[in-house]
Amino acid sequence: MDSLNSLMDGFGTALTPINLLWAAIGVLLGTAIGVLPGIGPAMAVALLLPVTYGLEPTGAFIMFAGIYYGAMFGGSTTSILLNTPGESAAVVAAIEGNPMAKAGRGAQALAAAAGGHFVGGMIGTILLVVLAPTVASLAVDIGAPDYFAIMVLAFIAVTSVLGSSRIRGLASLLIGLTIGLVGLDQMTGQQRLTFGSLQLADGIDVVIVAVGLFAIGEALWVAAHLRRSSGEPVPVGRPWLGKDDVRRTWKPWLRGPVIGFPFGAIPAGGAEIPTFLSYVTEKRLSKHKDEFGKGAIEGVAGPESAASASAAGTLVSMLTLGLPTTAVAAVMLAAFQQYGIQPGPLLFERESELVWGLIASLFVGMVLLLALNLPLAPVWVKLLRIPRPYLYAGILFFAAVGAYAVGGEALDLVILLIIGLIGFGMRRYGLPVLPAVIGVILGPAAEQQLRRALQISDGSATGLVDTPFSVAVYAVVVLIVCWPLVRKVLARRRKETKVSA
Amino acid sequence: MTTHPNTPPKEETPESRGWLREHSELGVGLMLLVLGILVLTDALTMDVDITQRGPVGPKTVPIAVGIGLLVVAVLLSLDVLRGGRGEAEGGEDIDLSEPSDWRTVLLLAGVFLGNAVLIGPLGFPISGALLFWGSAYALGSRHLRRDPLIAAGLSLVTYFIFNNLLGVPLPGGPLMGVI
Repeated sequence: MDSLNSLMDGFGTALTPINLLWAAIGVLLGTAIGVLPGIGPAMAVALLLPVTYGLEPTGAFIMFAGIYYGAMFGGSTTSILLNTPGESAAVVAAIEGNPMAKAGRGAQALAAAAGGHFVGGMIGTILLVVLAPTVASLAVDIGAPDYFAIMVLAFIAVTSVLGSSRIRGLASLLIGLTIGLVGLDQMTGQQRLTFGSLQLADGIDVVIVAVGLFAIGEALWVAAHLRRSSGEPVPVGRPWLGKDDVRRTWKPWLRGPVIGFPFGAIPAGGAEIPTFLSYVTEKRLSKHKDEFGKGAIEGVAGPESAASASAAGTLVSMLTLGLPTTAVAAVMLAAFQQYGIQPGPLLFERESELVWGLIASLFVGMVLLLALNLPLAPVWVKLLRIPRPYLYAGILFFAAVGAYAVGGEALDLVILLIIGLIGFGMRRYGLPVLPAVIGVILGPAAEQQLRRALQISDGSATGLVDTPFSVAVYAVVVLIVCWPLVRKVLARRRKETKVSA
Repeated sequence: MTTHPNTPPKEETPESRGWLREHSELGVGLMLLVLGILVLTDALTMDVDITQRGPVGPKTVPIAVGIGLLVVAVLLSLDVLRGGRGEAEGGEDIDLSEPSDWRTVLLLAGVFLGNAVLIGPLGFPISGALLFWGSAYALGSRHLRRDPLIAAGLSLVTYFIFNNLLGVPLPGGPLMGVI
């Protein structure tokens, strides 16, 4: 019941007027970003990182979490009405939602999605309350070798689970690690990759890297291929659900989190896999199989619930282990570093007010989102009318503001552009961006933990694997690395048994 | 790297050009190779004897990263020569069927650099407005009255929010000196 008390204290923090204001700003921005094309929650949080220079951490994180949850809500709106998912987690919503909208049932599709987000987010956040302190207390004695193992896991997971090509994921990670090396070595003060430049000796600020890769890279890439004609959204009224619809949606809503939450907590690419799995599950369980593909409401309700629950799962790994499993979590981790706070098991002890305030604000945000989205969905859709030149010019503008705010150096703007051009090239040649960002954020920390662990063991490599925790993590790493091989063997064996039978 | 057995003879320029375009991703491999050499050179020329603390010094990780870059550069190039291709990223405002619009990208990069140069002498409100207007223009917006007005408004509001509300200083330039 300890966590219940802490949660109550958290509500005390979250319900102060100023924090309520940050939560409201967060969910408003988040919904807008979810609706707007070309700008995802990771880019939004990256563009807002400069506020960490002026804002106390609790307010900033409440706002960031609001953006994360709000983007999930807003993303499904564009999927359903325009058939163009606002962000990757909402791809599945378009499959059933758009046919529903075209058949005049857009209001029901929006309501099923909003309900799914609310239920999934609520259940996911309750699971977060129950599980996170337990995970944190289990992991509380972890030391340098364990931290290093977790970071290795993060590196391997983002390079091999995401994207279609492992080698391109690895290339991206190494680019990130290289950027992370620039500056003074944290332990000895040795200059690395600075080429004698005083400004580079401070290292390249992670804000500049995140903004460059996510915002500038994306804006330039879109500019090179800007679609000249954009589709018209299907007009829609106020979302509502009839009795029949509720009968068909409540079970998918409840099933969503079962799939979404665990997938959010592990580094498996965020909400894409669980939304798809949920879709397949609902299709199998539905009594209206014939409607699938033509607008089955279960196919909207389940995946959307799974998407929101996966966001809660992501926060468990991020807060308790410091392990970012999605791009948004990675950028939020960068924000923690800006404040000099180390997410991990000790976070719940050292920053208990911040963490519980953040968790309580998730509940607050969810209620705000439901209130904002159900009646206002038609208003949000109007955002799609914004002229694209303004949208992408605005992204470039705010990216420049953010990078300049880091240190007031014009040189940072040049570095920002260079990193943006790298991000452009990565998009052109299919190098995923997330591994590079994780490399920049976790690389220096991983090196420090590695050296600390080896210092303790006096240089013996066994110092890296002398705890059960680290051994377990490395076992997972080996499993991920060998998975394609295992799958190949399994598939062959299955084929053989089929042939022999 | 270019002495691959499949490289077509040099005389047939149109064909070899097409081959290069087809395999432009080799440039990524080349970049990784150069980056790897750069990281390794920097690491190996590092002078560490006094500052070393603990068994792993400041050289170890850069050397590992450098070697990793070289290995990945070779593997990626091999993959490209075998016909592997990185998939260009899609998106809702992205039309991949059209060829890349380099003019827009170069214009945007130029406008952005212009902002970096001008932000010191002109101050943020002016350089920021020019950045927004220039970018919108490069992206195809041609409202000669509306565009600069929006740019100026956005720039001024942002300046006040950051400078006065959030306490993140931005240079005011001569314009703010007058006001």
